[in-house]
Amino acid sequence: MWVYVIRRILAVIPVMAVVAVVVFLILHLSPEDPAAIIAGDNAKSEDIDAIRQRLGLDRPLLIQFLEWVGRLLTGDLGSSIFLNRPVLQLIGERVEPTAALAVTTTIFSVVLAIPLGVVAAWKAGTWIDQLIMGLAVLAFSFPVFLIGYGLVYGLALEWELLPVQGFVSLSEDPGRFLAHLVLPTIALGLVYTALLARMTRATMLEILNEDYIRTARAKGLANGRVLIVHALKNAAVPIVTTVGVGIALLIGGVVVTESVFAIPGVGRLTIDAVLQRDYPVIQGVILAVAGVYVLINLAIDLTYTVLDPRIRY
Amino acid sequence: MTDIAALPADAAVAGPSRFAFSRILRRHPTMLVGGVILVVMAVVSLLAPWLAPYDPIELNVVDRLRPPDEDYLLGTDAYGRDMLSRLLYGGRVSLAVGLCVAAFSTVLGLLIGVVAGYYRLADALLMRVMDGLMAIPGILLAIALMTVTRASIEVVIVAITIPEIPRVVRLVRAVVLSIREQTYVQAAVAIGTRFPRLLRKHILPNTLAPLVVQATYIFAHAVLVEAYLSFLGVGTPPEIPSWGNVIAEGRLYVQIAFWQVLFPGIALALMVLSINLLGDGLRDLLDPRLSRRA
Repeated sequence: MWVYVIRRILAVIPVMAVVAVVVFLILHLSPEDPAAIIAGDNAKSEDIDAIRQRLGLDRPLLIQFLEWVGRLLTGDLGSSIFLNRPVLQLIGERVEPTAALAVTTTIFSVVLAIPLGVVAAWKAGTWIDQLIMGLAVLAFSFPVFLIGYGLVYGLALEWELLPVQGFVSLSEDPGRFLAHLVLPTIALGLVYTALLARMTRATMLEILNEDYIRTARAKGLANGRVLIVHALKNAAVPIVTTVGVGIALLIGGVVVTESVFAIPGVGRLTIDAVLQRDYPVIQGVILAVAGVYVLINLAIDLTYTVLDPRIRY
Repeated sequence: MTDIAALPADAAVAGPSRFAFSRILRRHPTMLVGGVILVVMAVVSLLAPWLAPYDPIELNVVDRLRPPDEDYLLGTDAYGRDMLSRLLYGGRVSLAVGLCVAAFSTVLGLLIGVVAGYYRLADALLMRVMDGLMAIPGILLAIALMTVTRASIEVVIVAITIPEIPRVVRLVRAVVLSIREQTYVQAAVAIGTRFPRLLRKHILPNTLAPLVVQATYIFAHAVLVEAYLSFLGVGTPPEIPSWGNVIAEGRLYVQIAFWQVLFPGIALALMVLSINLLGDGLRDLLDPRLSRRA
C-alpha cells in the first residue's frame, strides 16, 4: 500500500510540470509581441522595451523558464503588471467567494444528484427514469446564465426574496453570506446535478447487474437494503471519482456564474487580467487552480487506498 | 462532461436491421427530435442573409430597446439593432465553432490516441501531457489561450479545441490498447500486416462508434463554451454577433428589456439540447452493447 501511496504522490510532479510548461508557453507562443500587446495600441517603443525588460522577455527562452520555475518553487507567482502587487496576494483576496460557491454547489449537487441517480437506476426504463433523465439532459443543455438570469428576474427582482448580486464575507455576516450564495448555487448546481445524476445512474446500473446483487435479492433482502448497502456502497468509489474529476468543470462554471451574479471572485480576477493582458495574474491563477484540482484528486485517491481494501496497485 | 454522458441509457435492439431508417426513428425518438431541431436551426442560420429582416450590425438609435412587436419580432437591443437578425447570424457562429471544434479535436485526438496506444515509448510522454492539460479547467485554459493573439473566431476555435483533445486521446488510446490484445489482431500482426492496414481494417472501425458519439458531445459543449467566452467578453469579438456577446450586451438592460437575454439564451439552450439529444440517440444506436445492460 505504501508503495502505491508514494507513487501516487510522486505522480503529481509530472502533471504539475506539464501545467507549468503550458502556462509558460501561453505567454511565449504568441505570434505577436506580448510586450506590445500589454503596452496597448498607442504605446511608444521605449514603453514596450521597458515592459519587455520587466517581464524578462529579452532573455533566452530556456533561461526565462528556469528562472520562472525557480521562483514558483519558492512560492513566488510573480506580480501583477497593472496592480503591481503579488499575484498570490491578489488570489488570496478573491478566493473566498469562489471557494464558497464551489463548496455550496458541490454539496447541493451531490445531495440532489445521488438520490435521483439511484432512483433512476432502480426504476430503469420506467417513466420515473425517463422523467429524471429527461430533466437531466435539459438541465445540462441550459446555459448557466439563462438559469441565472431567470432566477434573478423571477425570484430576486420581482419578489425581492433574495439578494440579486454581489457577495458578503462569512466573517462579516454569516446570514447574508448564505443568502447571497443561494441563487448562484442553484444556477450552477442544476447543471452539475444533471451530470452527476447521469453518472450515478450509469454506475448503479452496472453494479445492479453484478452477481452479488442477484445473490442479495435471492436471499430475500429488502429492496432498499440491496440498493443502499450493496449497490450504492460499491458505486461510491466511481461516483466520488467523478465528483473529483468534475471539479475542473465546476471551476469553469464558477467563472461564468461569478460574472452573472457580479461576485468578486477568482473568475472576475482572471477575466480582468485577460482583458488587460496581465500575464503574471493569468499564469498564477491557472497554476493555482490546477494545483488545487490536482491536490483534491490526490486526496480522493489516497482516501480510497485507506478505505477500500480492494484498491492495491 | 462528455465521458459521463457517454454512458448507457434505454435499451436498443441489435440485429441486421438496426440501421434501417424507419426503425431508427421508432426506437430512438429523442434522436429524431434532436436531429430535426438541429437541422432546422442550421438551415435557418445558414439562410440568415436572406431571412434576416434587418442588418444585424447597423445601428438605429431611434428604435433602441423596442420590445417585441410586429416590426421587430424579437425586439431590439440598446443600439436599435434587430434581435431576430442578430440571433440568426449568431447561430452561424455557434454552428461554425461547434462543428470545427468537434472535427479538429476528434481528428487530432484520434491521431495522438493511436500513436499513444500503439507506441509504448510515446505513450508515457503523451499521456503525461494529456494529464497535465486535463488538470487545467477547460474554460480557464480557453480563456487563457484567447490572450495569445487578437480575438477572432479562428482563435476561439483553437482555444476551445485544445482543452477538448485529451478526452478524445484517452478514449482512442483505451480502444487501441484493448484491440491490440485481441487474438485476431495479434494474428494479423503475425502474418505480417503492416500498420496502415491494421489501422484501416481493425483500429478505425472499432474506434468509430464511440468517437462519433464523443464528437457529438464535444459539438454541444463547444457551442456552450463559445457562448460562455463571448459572454465573458473574451470570445467572439463584439463586432460579430454571437449568442454569447448578444447576451453580454443585453445583461446590462435585463431589468427593462429581458428579451435581450431570454431569446439568445433560449436559442442557445435549444441548440445545445438538440445536439445532446442527438448524441444520446447515437450512443444508444451505435453502442447497443452498453445499452443492453439497462
